Amino acid sequence: MARHNVLGAVLVGALALAGCSGAKVGDSSSGATGDCGTFNLAINPWVGYEANAAVLAYVAEKELKCKVTKKELKEEVAWQGFGTGEVDAVVENWGHDDLRKKYIDEQKTAVSAGSTGVKGQIGWYVPPWLAKEHPDILDWNNLNKYADKFKTSESGDKGQLLDGDPSFVTNDEALVKNLNLNYKVVYGGSETALIQAFRQAEKDKKWVIGYFYSPQWLLNEIKLEKVKLPEYKAGCDADTEKVACDYPDYDLDKIVSKKFADGNGPAFQLVKNFKWTNEDQNTVAKYIAEDKMKPEDAAKKWVEANADKVKAWTAKA
Amino acid sequence: MVAVAAPRQLPRKPLILAGIVLAWLVLWLVFRNVGTLPLDASALTPLHRMINELNDAVGASRNSNPLFLYFFNEIRLVIDEFVTFVQALIAQPSFGRPVPVIGWLGVVAIAGFVSLVVAGWRVALLAVAGFVFLGLQGLWQESMDTLSLTLAAVVISLLFGIPLGIWAGLSDRANRVMQPVLDFMQTMPTFVYLAPLTLFFLIGPASATIATLIYAAPPAIRITAHAIRSVPHNTVEASESLGATRKQTLLKVLLPSARKTIVLGVNQTIMAALSMVTIAALIDAPGLGKTVVKALQTLDVGTAFNAGLAIVVLAIVLDRVTTAATERRKLPRWALFGGLGVTGVCVYLSYTYLWAAEFQSDVEIGSSIRQGATAVTEWAQDTLPFITGGFKDFVTFALINPLQALLAESPWFLVALVIVAVSFLIGGVRSAIVSAVCLGLLVATGLWQDSMITLASTLVATIMVMILGIVVGVWMGRSRRADRFIRPILDAGQVMPAFVYLVPFLALFAASRFTAIIAAVVFAAPVAIKIIADGIRAVSPTTVEASTALGSSSWQTIVKVQLPMARGALTLAANQGLIYVLSMVVVGGLVGAGALGYDVVAGFSQGQLYGKGLAAGVAIVVLGVMLDRLTQAAAKRWTN
Repeated sequence: MARHNVLGAVLVGALALAGCSGAKVGDSSSGATGDCGTFNLAINPWVGYEANAAVLAYVAEKELKCKVTKKELKEEVAWQGFGTGEVDAVVENWGHDDLRKKYIDEQKTAVSAGSTGVKGQIGWYVPPWLAKEHPDILDWNNLNKYADKFKTSESGDKGQLLDGDPSFVTNDEALVKNLNLNYKVVYGGSETALIQAFRQAEKDKKWVIGYFYSPQWLLNEIKLEKVKLPEYKAGCDADTEKVACDYPDYDLDKIVSKKFADGNGPAFQLVKNFKWTNEDQNTVAKYIAEDKMKPEDAAKKWVEANADKVKAWTAKA
Repeated sequence: MVAVAAPRQLPRKPLILAGIVLAWLVLWLVFRNVGTLPLDASALTPLHRMINELNDAVGASRNSNPLFLYFFNEIRLVIDEFVTFVQALIAQPSFGRPVPVIGWLGVVAIAGFVSLVVAGWRVALLAVAGFVFLGLQGLWQESMDTLSLTLAAVVISLLFGIPLGIWAGLSDRANRVMQPVLDFMQTMPTFVYLAPLTLFFLIGPASATIATLIYAAPPAIRITAHAIRSVPHNTVEASESLGATRKQTLLKVLLPSARKTIVLGVNQTIMAALSMVTIAALIDAPGLGKTVVKALQTLDVGTAFNAGLAIVVLAIVLDRVTTAATERRKLPRWALFGGLGVTGVCVYLSYTYLWAAEFQSDVEIGSSIRQGATAVTEWAQDTLPFITGGFKDFVTFALINPLQALLAESPWFLVALVIVAVSFLIGGVRSAIVSAVCLGLLVATGLWQDSMITLASTLVATIMVMILGIVVGVWMGRSRRADRFIRPILDAGQVMPAFVYLVPFLALFAASRFTAIIAAVVFAAPVAIKIIADGIRAVSPTTVEASTALGSSSWQTIVKVQLPMARGALTLAANQGLIYVLSMVVVGGLVGAGALGYDVVAGFSQGQLYGKGLAAGVAIVVLGVMLDRLTQAAAKRWTN
């Protein structure tokens, strides 16, 4: 009895073997890599970054025949990777003076590779319905008038100013204090928390004011309006305790490892020459975030429609 | 014997306790907002700056320090090789092939066969179905990456954990030294050591594996030690009096009798490892975690849920297999060899043919799951906030705010005095000293007020966990059917990555302390419920029958017999509930809890806040140790 069953099983197996046909593993060979070598590209966790990285990776792979290794990392860890040789490039950097000082000036493991052409803005935003019904809210001088409306379970008897993503520098506590605003900074703690808050605010006409930034894919969906703070002048944010002015505009740039720059290979040339606009990035970000395209496909679509721009990056390479 | 526990008379202590609280309230009114030791979100203390500098120095010396060159690098190499090898077998294209060595058919067959051998037919079927389901979700490769990393972390955890556990089980001194270290490993938020880990072990599988095993190894050590310790003394004595050597006693008596419990430790280690999948993805750990993290950048709950569900499926399969493995079983020879044959054939097929190597299915269900989850989330977000918002406001104003006002707005010395006095009442001088030391450390971290805010939320969450634990636990303990139905939901609550349900929670409750509390309850309640259910079931049936025969109603039986007799389980549930709630403090920081959780998150994201984040992590550990020792002391008093 026992032996029969074993035999049966083996027979079934053999039959399966004989009966099946199909493509064998290794029938088709995969593409070979060119002389570009490996390109270690950090992917920081936001969609705008992903858009930059997707297009760069696509061009590097298709045109320069590099082997692109994408590494999904938070900023801090990515910069650390310059020193350990595991990251070649960060392709959208928001200021980060602390990291610059540490890795570019002190450890000398990283260098800047110029602007991405994208302008970044940080500030306080309100949902569009609010800006429309109370246009004067867009001036900070009128914020105290509306403080009561922004009260929540978290802010006590003051208005709530929702802060969010801890990745970015925030001066909001100092701003509230120094501009004498009757608000309390509540730390949402993540981009997700901010996006949900603004989405609901617009949908249900709720009163929300919070820290946000552009370019960001949500702005394609909801046109948040920026509140005007006292104008930024160079140096007005030098003392973090006494800040009473708006955030500066950020020229988002690319940072590469020293070794990668010194090697001066085709991938580095591409990163160095890469430059586009907020509009370009928003287009690709929209493909990814709203049309739910894979980053590769989104990049392909954009590259095919913008061959001239891509040519400018690779021509010099 | 009907063992209805008569409540013991404790006339004085509750009175003193009430007196203390009353005095606190009065003094609070007088001293409100004096000496609360606050610290702004971006402010630092000298200690925080010092840690920053230390961190920078370590980073800068990385390439010249011999400790890095010869120690950490070697560890990294070994672990990297190991993980990469497992990935090459089942997950990643390897050895010059476009696919892994063993394709999906082979993996499914092996999973089925191993389950068959260790856990029997029913579990084997579950394993096969579970693994095929992963493929149908369209997440085969991601799942295998996660499985590889989890297996590697678990194997390494056990390799060190079980011997250490045996040691701690045999030696009191070893146990005393290990306890605080294990506490540290389990309650120190991963965010704190994630970035330094990549400095020591570089970005890649090694760091991800080590991050996972720091969190996953302690249960294996603890439970093994506990298992060795609970072998009855007379069994050991009998063996020794028969002239057995220590080694013989260990191998022939202690380990076999502790086997069942040790397997439970293995089980808990696997669960803990799986709960780390998403966090490890932040340092480029391959697998399902990446899918979740990526989906959440665009708030794509459907995709995140699909991947989260795959983690849950893996967890349930691994849990059922290891749980069933505690019972000895013997397979008929024909089944063993037959199974081996079929598995061999499947592995061969999956090695050779593309259809058996890559999961390509026409009946793909991933997209339906995604759409379903999205639709449910949207419905909930559109219809429920009206009710849930009110509930949030009610709990916040009635419970969280008063408690927080009392803890965080009293002078620090007042709170410290109250806690030390209460500790003395509960556990005598020893407890009072432990609490005093912990409170001193909290002051030293420079984050006293943040700690008190976090403590308030933690207490509220623990109360909710216990209410849920008792209600659902009693129900499950009394009804097998309820148990079978609820248990998978509890498993899901434990391993479903928090961020998947945080997105709808944020819509329902906005960014608030309450949202953080609810997230903690979702994670911590399952443990409490399971412990209480097991405790209720362990009450001897004859006692329950006797009570029913005496004409007690169900309610009376529960309140007068089952709950009092399960009080060991109740205190254990409270203790574990607290610890699990604390391990969610950081997640809470991501959804509006502020305080320590936010400090840790910010420290992970911004270099200049690193020191503060580390200090906040230490504060969480200290809170955990203090509350753990207090509940244990209370438990001892109550159960004796």
